[in-house]
Amino acid sequence: MDDLKKEPTYIKTFSSDELALSTKNLSVLYGGTIQKLFNVSLGFKKNAITALIGASGSGKSTFLRSLNRMNDKVATVKGNIIFHGLDVNKPNINVYELRKNIGMVFQKPNPFPKSIRENITYTLKADGQKDKQKLDQIVEESLRAAALWDEVKDKLDKSALALSGGQQQRLCIARAIALKPEILLLDEPASALDPVSTAKLEDTLKQLRSRYTMVMVTHNMQQASRISEYTAFFHLGHVLEYDVTSNVFTNPKGRITEKYIQGSFG
Amino acid sequence: MHAKRNDKIATVFIYIFVAIVICILAGILGEILITGLPHLSWHFLSSSASSFQAGGGVRDQLFNSVYLLILTIAISLPIALGAAIYLSEYAKDNWITNTIRTSIEILSSLPSIVVGLFGYLLFVIQFNLGFSIISGALALTFFNLPILTSNIEQALEGVPQSQREAGQALGLSNWKTIRGIVLPAALPGILTGIVLSAGRVFGEAAALIYTAGQSGSTIDYSNWNAFSPTSFLNVMRPAETLAVHIWKVNTEGIIPDATIVSAATSALLVIVVIIFNFGARALGNMLYRKLTASNTK
Repeated sequence: MDDLKKEPTYIKTFSSDELALSTKNLSVLYGGTIQKLFNVSLGFKKNAITALIGASGSGKSTFLRSLNRMNDKVATVKGNIIFHGLDVNKPNINVYELRKNIGMVFQKPNPFPKSIRENITYTLKADGQKDKQKLDQIVEESLRAAALWDEVKDKLDKSALALSGGQQQRLCIARAIALKPEILLLDEPASALDPVSTAKLEDTLKQLRSRYTMVMVTHNMQQASRISEYTAFFHLGHVLEYDVTSNVFTNPKGRITEKYIQGSFG
Repeated sequence: MHAKRNDKIATVFIYIFVAIVICILAGILGEILITGLPHLSWHFLSSSASSFQAGGGVRDQLFNSVYLLILTIAISLPIALGAAIYLSEYAKDNWITNTIRTSIEILSSLPSIVVGLFGYLLFVIQFNLGFSIISGALALTFFNLPILTSNIEQALEGVPQSQREAGQALGLSNWKTIRGIVLPAALPGILTGIVLSAGRVFGEAAALIYTAGQSGSTIDYSNWNAFSPTSFLNVMRPAETLAVHIWKVNTEGIIPDATIVSAATSALLVIVVIIFNFGARALGNMLYRKLTASNTK
């Protein structure tokens, strides 16, 4: 484990016009001394789903949460995060604007304890959108995009907490895309859901693929192979392999990746 | 077999302890209500206290208690809310924060008579406010702030971290997340905190004896000019509350029906506190349903 730095890595790269978001030498330190992520340089292709896989503690969630600066308060994030040619890991970046462009969906569904409609409109209203017709339109568009509209259109003013876990998670996706982001970060979005809800969520993500760039952390390798085009394998804070998903799963280049794919650890 | 026997013994003991607590509670409440309720009458509630003869009421004391409570909550709630939001949402986990928390804990166990003497020296003497409602309200604020702050802080901390993350990930500022998401979610807890502390404030006597005073001035309930000395709204007039009245008729009172008056007043005090509790709970549930839209479920 101590010679991970010498371990050969196999990282796919994209030409810059294909990229939606990329990192350069991203490192994350907790409490100034405990390093959880080591010089990760990854590029994410536009309008594709990229899966981040790896064992618990491999740093994949830490990496994901750094991309929209959610780690600002808890850790030190060094390196560059390039979004539209701009390094958004600089202190002078308006993180609130950034997060509207890079949405996030969490492991556990976390709808606000408000009505379904308000879950979507609250942030829009806070943003200054007051036109009721426009708001209604965005609510419908977002819920349709998240494949939730047909299930909730008759109860938009009822509590979001009355929805099932899977519906809540799709509401969280609708809430994120209502802000019209370019990128969606998904932190194990299906891990708290049952198989049926998971399948629905995956369908939704597949439908959203053409319009959004998605980066998804997952524990579930079947899920990664089902819906992602690219897969990055994280191991103890290092990215050891990043390639087209089918290559990672059927023909891994690194020996640790191969072991993980075969289920020897994790 | 041992495990089973021990479990049975433990269960029996737990039931006994619960029974003791319930007996004590029921005993106190029963005693107060049984001795007091028969003497509670509209006449008792609507006439002023008498100094020498029997048959006096507690109209002014009741009003003073409520008025003092409203003033105290009005002063202490914004301060406690601000402090609690700071402690739960903004403060970093370091020695300064820990010192503040420890101080609040110590303050909340401060004997109320000490708060009363402090209020006497500071507000009554130093600020020259005299024995007045405002002195009493300020002393009660001191008495109330620590508990209210930690109650509200607990309510805020009860809101799952994932809610804050959700707000932040949607590009809401810290303050917008707190105001629009955390506070509404914590509202039922905050209301419970307010009610718990209100009960304490309403029944407080020691902190008021030296600050709001023990004498009632002549009050005119039709005088709405808050600056007039006889107005019921005047905060500079001395004001005896229900709890202080109980203390007074039992120590210095020379009315012949002192036991009846204090029993009835005690019952009144308890009933009002119970009404507060249920009222606030209903209000909290109503607000929660309204804010979370779960009433249309």
